[in-house]
Amino acid sequence: MAIETQTAPPKVRLDPVRWMRDNLFSSWANSILTVVAVALLYSIGQPTLRWLFTQADWGVVIANLKLLMVGQYPLDQVWRVWLSLLLTMAMLGVSKGVWSQVVGLVGPAYVLGLTLLAVQPFPFYGLTNRLWLAACAAVLIGGWWLGRRYGPSLAFRNGVSWAWVLLLPLVLLLLRGIEPLLPVIPTRAWGGLLLTFVLAITTIVFSFPIGVLLAVGRRSPLPAVSLFSTIYIEVFRGVPLVTVLFMFLIMLPLFVPGSESTDNIIRAIVGFTLFTAAYIAENVRGGLQSIPKGQYEAAKAVGLNPFLTMALVILPQALRIVIPSNVSQYVSLYKDTALVVVAGGGMLELLGISRNIANQPEFLGKFIEALVFAGVLYWIFAFSMSYIARRLEAELGMSKR
Amino acid sequence: MQKVCVSGALIIMLLVLSACGAAAPDPAAISQAVRETVAAMPAPEAPQISVPDPAAIAQAVRETVAAMPAPEAPTAEPAATPAPTQTAQPAPGSSRLDTVLARGKLICGVNGGLAGFSNLEADGSYSGLDADYCRVVATALFNDPDAVEFVPLSAQERFTAVQAGTVDVLFRNTTWTASRDTSVFMDFGPTIFYDGQGIMVREELGIAELEELDGATICVQSGTTTELNLTDQFRALNIAFTPLVFEDIDATYTAYDTEQCDAVTSDRSQLIARRTTLAEPDAHIILDAVLSKEPLAPAVAQNDSRWTDVIAWSVFATFQAEEFGITSANVDTFVNSENPDIRRFLGVEGEVGAGFGLEKDFAYNIIKNVGSYGEIYDRNLGPDTPFDLARGPNDLWTNGGLLYAPPFR
Repeated sequence: MAIETQTAPPKVRLDPVRWMRDNLFSSWANSILTVVAVALLYSIGQPTLRWLFTQADWGVVIANLKLLMVGQYPLDQVWRVWLSLLLTMAMLGVSKGVWSQVVGLVGPAYVLGLTLLAVQPFPFYGLTNRLWLAACAAVLIGGWWLGRRYGPSLAFRNGVSWAWVLLLPLVLLLLRGIEPLLPVIPTRAWGGLLLTFVLAITTIVFSFPIGVLLAVGRRSPLPAVSLFSTIYIEVFRGVPLVTVLFMFLIMLPLFVPGSESTDNIIRAIVGFTLFTAAYIAENVRGGLQSIPKGQYEAAKAVGLNPFLTMALVILPQALRIVIPSNVSQYVSLYKDTALVVVAGGGMLELLGISRNIANQPEFLGKFIEALVFAGVLYWIFAFSMSYIARRLEAELGMSKR
Repeated sequence: MQKVCVSGALIIMLLVLSACGAAAPDPAAISQAVRETVAAMPAPEAPQISVPDPAAIAQAVRETVAAMPAPEAPTAEPAATPAPTQTAQPAPGSSRLDTVLARGKLICGVNGGLAGFSNLEADGSYSGLDADYCRVVATALFNDPDAVEFVPLSAQERFTAVQAGTVDVLFRNTTWTASRDTSVFMDFGPTIFYDGQGIMVREELGIAELEELDGATICVQSGTTTELNLTDQFRALNIAFTPLVFEDIDATYTAYDTEQCDAVTSDRSQLIARRTTLAEPDAHIILDAVLSKEPLAPAVAQNDSRWTDVIAWSVFATFQAEEFGITSANVDTFVNSENPDIRRFLGVEGEVGAGFGLEKDFAYNIIKNVGSYGEIYDRNLGPDTPFDLARGPNDLWTNGGLLYAPPFR
């Protein structure tokens, strides 16, 4: 390694006064900026912290933790939600073991978070819940170990991918129940964070393939296909999401007799999926357009038919390019699930529950606490999502091209 | 080819958009039709956005579509024929009552987020005056106050939910108005709560009459007719004021509490409930003036008198029980009463209940399981609750109130 002749820059001794003089007070202008910024931070931060720790009455959140998490899901069946979480955490652990770079700090952060929640000293919830939390942390670590051990095996990796695909139907079945093995829990009882996740994840899973098909369809040489795709995309992109939900949740029973018996959650998911698919389609189309013509010609030269060209050459490259824009679409969808509160349908997801619990007579008007708590929950998972997406991007070598 | 495709796409898009667009909160083209319909519907509303009622939307959709050029009509047809009347009309001889009895459970539309009327409790149950009246009806039908499924409904969807049959009955702080009784295709039961719009001000301002509010800024929630009532009344009295409109109920009272406005207006029951949540509850007074009448009543789909009768007389039973002095605690001592009115009422003799298709002791069951009006009121709004709401007009006619049940005979 003869190239390594450069020496590292000399380590500067860490001197706080020196550092501050260099970075914060290097000139008159910078000094003023620093003072103003500190004053601003203090004037915002001090009241916020004071409110968070001394004035806020978190009783409304503590008393309603179960509602916020799972809504009216029957208490004696909540183990099914826990089991679903356990399975998901196990899968996350295995994935951390197999694709360590992609999952990144999400794995350890969740282990830490779950453990802290399991052992925290305040009596917000009972021993059973603590045990479940601890179990989730444990399976995450167990899965991690398993993933590291068998990660190099290609068959194992494929198995993990398939397990992720099967996880959603399995969890949905577990949550809903199947007679006579598990009592069916009507989706009316689902709520809180659970419902937010069900809406968001199901929509993400369904809207992706539909979006890809529409994107490919829009570029199709067949006029019928491309016309249909174009109309579909432009219609759904041109209409506000809340309108789409309105149509599906409220107007549908008026237009289609008999549809009032359809599950509200399914109607909402269909609305979200149709809407998101249009955006995904446009993102993917952007990706498709960035693939140079030479790729098509090369695929043709090797003798691939148009279908295989698309499936093996074009899409893998295009989809990789559009990861950032798709993920931001999914993150905004995850937050947009809160729109069912406005659109109606009697569904109480995280935001709906947060608004309603501030109307319990004993907690009347404590809406800021409830909304702050909901906001933190939204942030944790939205951030996890975009963090993993960023790692995935790096892992797929987007920046190295 | 290209041109045909593009223009075809544009036309179809335009059609679908206009049909869908009518459901959006504020497309200018249809807002007039919507505004007119909404203007006729006072809504004592809790935290809701300002979207018009579904019936109004359906009407607007119909009007918008009718106003479009004809050639592409087939595409717009599904939107052009919502025909809520048809869904609202039961087939001859059948009643919602049979459906509910066959199901073994009442599906009751509630607000779900209005303290004292219907709100979700930490254990997932519903409590409040409206919620208890759902239990009253369920008890009349099945002698089981728990045979009820609560469906939280927004202000916009509540009537559609009744018309489409998603819920059997609406106990959702709904004001009984002429237009709702007619063009929205509802039938109303007896009023279970007489409310009215009031105004709250800071005591230090020394205001006692509406006229003294001249030039004031008044916080008001949009999406309800509270704002319209306010404008009407103040214009009639020739008082100048600046409305400060909020979409959210919590935002409205926060703005008032942080002195962004001099007064806040809403239903009096809500003002009293919300006053307890302000920073200094004692520093505020509610003026004596009442700006509007808001009788809150149960609503069902129209033209189903068997079902309407069951709802109405279940409610009357709670009024009558209080008039007789019967409560859930002492009802068993009245079974042996000598008073023939009480014996008929409780089903000890006679067949009053059978006329409705109910058990003859349905009134006994209601009182035993849920209670009289007084008990229900006290439990949810009375002195032991944070609201401590005086009975006022919601008292028996014998006590100077408006509650009056026709005789059970």
